Amino acid sequence: MSRPARDSFSELSARERARVLLDPGTFRELLGPFERMKSPWLPRQGVVAQADDGVVVARGRIGGEDAVIAAVEGAYQGGSIGEVSGSKIAGALELALRDCERGRRVRPVLLLETGGVRLQEANLGLAAIAEIHAAIVALRRHVPVVCVVAGLVGCFGGMSLAAALCSRLIITRPARLGMNGPEVIEQEAGIGELDAMDAREVWGLMGGEQRVATGFADVLIEDDTVAIAAEVRRAFDNVPPPRSEQVDAWSARLAGIDAQHPPEPRALRALWLRGEDH
Amino acid sequence: MSTAAAPSERGLRWFQALTGGQQGLLPGTTRTVRMADSPIGREPARYLAVVPDAQNRFPRARGGEVGLDEAWALARQVRRTIAEDGGASPRAIIAIVDVASQAYGRREELLGIHLAGAAAADAYASARLAGHPVLALLVGKAMSGAFLTHGYQANRILALDSPEVLVHAMSKESAARVTRRSVEALEELGRSITPMAYDVRSFASLGLLHTLIEGINAEAPGTDDVERVRAELAAAIADARAGARDLSSRLTSQAARTTRSASIEVRRRLAQSWDVP
Repeated sequence: MSRPARDSFSELSARERARVLLDPGTFRELLGPFERMKSPWLPRQGVVAQADDGVVVARGRIGGEDAVIAAVEGAYQGGSIGEVSGSKIAGALELALRDCERGRRVRPVLLLETGGVRLQEANLGLAAIAEIHAAIVALRRHVPVVCVVAGLVGCFGGMSLAAALCSRLIITRPARLGMNGPEVIEQEAGIGELDAMDAREVWGLMGGEQRVATGFADVLIEDDTVAIAAEVRRAFDNVPPPRSEQVDAWSARLAGIDAQHPPEPRALRALWLRGEDH
Repeated sequence: MSTAAAPSERGLRWFQALTGGQQGLLPGTTRTVRMADSPIGREPARYLAVVPDAQNRFPRARGGEVGLDEAWALARQVRRTIAEDGGASPRAIIAIVDVASQAYGRREELLGIHLAGAAAADAYASARLAGHPVLALLVGKAMSGAFLTHGYQANRILALDSPEVLVHAMSKESAARVTRRSVEALEELGRSITPMAYDVRSFASLGLLHTLIEGINAEAPGTDDVERVRAELAAAIADARAGARDLSSRLTSQAARTTRSASIEVRRRLAQSWDVP
């Protein structure tokens, strides 16, 4: 018996990923490529600036409610966050916050496929990421902020903190989530610390399955457009307090770890989720 | 592999200078996170710093890096401060920033340093939203994930005008390795592309800094230096109390209007098209 072919979500462009998550016919892009709001910093360094700077902001509806999606294009500059792309995400969240404060709820969704700060815009990328963090924390008091990490690019650097600040984190098996990318760790700490080419090891540490199994993400999902759209619609209901507020519980988990002999990834799953309902 | 430079003692030195010589050790908490109360004029203020510890249980966080225990301890102490003040008279919280990097390591990723960092940023942002004037005082390095974790959620950022005060998304040595450029070439690039620069004067020209405190002996502060910094902190606290609880001041400064014009323009255009015309 053949299964129906899946439509890959992660292989879609950022624009299409935003479109398929919004209720049919409601997609409306803000500050799209025709406005040519490009990076002012890349051309000076001999890098071609893309007309949307690699982030798509779209308004529309999700489950009949007003929504805004900020989707990172992982195929452009590794999904890196520069001044313009970062400000598009922060600005969209700030406007959603303004609406929420006026009593008009807007459902915010972040689609993150990013290596973190764009090094060519260093300090302005980092500043934008701090503003994204600030906006998520403020907005989350009004409405759940939902994050999807679906593709092979993963979500790293300061944007991994952004993902961790979200109310609900949906991730696929091929996606990875971590502060420091494996290449950077290998470079900084040596191959004895981590072999970035060892895919089994890397996904064992920070792959989607491990992140859900150890409580760092909420939902493990197939890379399937229909499934992810359904999960995003559901994600706004019955949301528990965000994990970045659960300081005592996570501190206790960490305190129980032997830093000299930390458990292997598999053992960590059992250790941390023992006695919990999963 | 990175060469081990001697860990900076500046953070602890300024922490002690501003808190009347307190160690700030907390029972049941890593020795790398220090907290102490010391009033500024009539304002009660709480200081927090991340400092090196050669005996730290996580080997990748012994040189003043912000690691797992550090980030969770910051989150816990800041949240404790919010709870203690209960919204009635929120104290100033001052993050003394001298952090070379986040901790890079296998254990750190396994155990979720990204969530630890998020929890600390969350706590600082929540304190700011609860009405605490949150200040960051840059006395040394303010690097990347470490700065996002400790300081970058402040309402007001102040910095000592010193060649060792550096702000960036990646250490010079790492950035050179990643971009396959020499450190000298990177420094040259920073002279023409302001956000690429490391030095605090360039950072000040981005409009993100509230005050650049000039003429201070940053390495070995004397009584006058400490008093001057305290006066700047007092002024920043008053300014934060009178201002918004968000980070909007980073977009309205004179320098931001020039250097961060794209950040401002993006927001303007998004707002313009937010609702269907």
